[in-house]
Amino acid sequence: MKVTKIEALEKIANDIRINIIKTVYNAGSGHPGGSLSCADILTVLYFNQMNINPQDPKAEGRDRFVLSKGHCSPALYSTLARRGYFREEDLKGFRKINSNLQGHPDMNKVPGVDMTTGSLGQGLSAANGMAISSKMDSMGYRVYCLLGDGEIQEGQVWEAAMTSSKYKLDNLCVIVDNNNLQIDGDIKSVKGLNKIEQKFESFGFNVISIDGNNIEQLIDGFDRAKMTKGRPTAIIAKTVKGKGVSFMENNVVWHGMAPKEEEYKLAINELESNGK
Amino acid sequence: MKLDKKIATRQSYGEMLKDLGKENDNIIVLDADLSTATKTEIFAKEYPNRFFDMGISEQDMMSTAAGFATTGKIPYASTFAVFAAGRAYDQIRNSICYPNLNVKICATHAGVTVGEDGATHQMLEDIAMMRVLPNLKVFSPSDDVETRFIIKEISKINGPCYVRLARLATPVIYDKNEKFEIGKAKQIGKGEDATIFATGVCVAEALKAKELLEKRGIFVRVVDIHTIKPIDKETIIKCAKETKKIITIEDHSIYGGLGGAVCEVLSEEYPVKVMRLGVKDTFGKSGKSTELMKYFKIDAEAILELF
Repeated sequence: MKVTKIEALEKIANDIRINIIKTVYNAGSGHPGGSLSCADILTVLYFNQMNINPQDPKAEGRDRFVLSKGHCSPALYSTLARRGYFREEDLKGFRKINSNLQGHPDMNKVPGVDMTTGSLGQGLSAANGMAISSKMDSMGYRVYCLLGDGEIQEGQVWEAAMTSSKYKLDNLCVIVDNNNLQIDGDIKSVKGLNKIEQKFESFGFNVISIDGNNIEQLIDGFDRAKMTKGRPTAIIAKTVKGKGVSFMENNVVWHGMAPKEEEYKLAINELESNGK
Repeated sequence: MKLDKKIATRQSYGEMLKDLGKENDNIIVLDADLSTATKTEIFAKEYPNRFFDMGISEQDMMSTAAGFATTGKIPYASTFAVFAAGRAYDQIRNSICYPNLNVKICATHAGVTVGEDGATHQMLEDIAMMRVLPNLKVFSPSDDVETRFIIKEISKINGPCYVRLARLATPVIYDKNEKFEIGKAKQIGKGEDATIFATGVCVAEALKAKELLEKRGIFVRVVDIHTIKPIDKETIIKCAKETKKIITIEDHSIYGGLGGAVCEVLSEEYPVKVMRLGVKDTFGKSGKSTELMKYFKIDAEAILELF
């Protein structure tokens, strides 16, 4: 049976989810919920959209990715390893003293990490700097920046949004991982932003709303972003926190907790049974 | 030494940026709606396509500069010291210093010599806050010639730098052909009665005190510490050994600034008594710069009172 492009990407996203669970379990800490929610977004970017070469991770003309929600490093590391930037074996070192895989991404330690992040709200500003630079030097590369929907409570995100718009950064694509949960609970009850789409629209973005756990919709969204001229794009990706592991889905306790052995086995069984 | 010609180090900064812009296409400048005051407007007029006015959003400016630096640009980011080191501290720490990115933070309007704007705009803690950040080099030039040297020299350093500049026009101390070295303090005079370690706008005050003391038969040396980090340990220890009295003076809190840095070196390497002149654990206030220097005891007169 011929495997379609979509099915192949779904399989990769599932592999990445398995590695997210393994990585967090081995570390005994980390952030599985938000990592699982953005696994499909990262899969489509790194395996379908971005102009990159794992053998030349610092190539000047490469597309850039900024994980502004840096705590979802297990998703980024699992994606980079799956794409061939480093050995999947290295994921076992995550958060450990002799490893390069820090709790939050460090651009000087990990090949493929384009920006050091961790303190929320700063990634979009850095992405803007890269995108303006691309335009100044007619390099033609695109810049992607993934924000958390809790993260956009940080005021700097909106300072940066004004900058993206001022410089008409049509080579910039923001993705909001809209899983509706943050550490203290439901985003609406903590401090809701209301109408994320309208916020970005009023800041001058081309806004695209999609199911962020749907590979086909993600490809379509990124393709539409590429065709947009004269303004930046914000993809509001509706996702499920903990996606793929039923007992983690929409359950905020999995924001920043590693599974215990029993939970780990359950999660891996569930993910490995996918597609069989 | 004549001290009659005056120029503010922010002015020297703006003019030097323009020269640098001509030499190096990678140099870009960011400001946060203060380009007329920080003097980056001088660069902006010459190179509008390499100047980015980020509006009143200092945090965004610092992280954007970091993003630029990842692509090989050499961003100089400017605003008042209180907004650079204070408001955008986390951005400087996490987006610039931790990744060791090549951003030059040039902060003007440091200290009480800002004058009439008062306490909210008089940054007295920046040396302390910047000095503790790994990877960051910290500079506090004293006059026009030294500022031009530092602004140019930091463009050749691959890593983050913080330069503390002043609003107040202060005397030109050095001849335009004077030679400087990053990390190497400038010793002026060889007097053995005291060493006055000074930085920024206070160096000229120390030199005034030096002349007045000579008339009283007291011979001091002034050491201009333009590089706060890495600090010139060798000169500090040598002077402590050679002179009877050690004084520090700065337009900054007595905590954590030049005085603190000198004490750290001497307490470990050559313990001696150190007299620190600086703003004593209080906020600034409105007034004329010269009145404030007198009020907070960071002028030549305050030095004379120690003899």
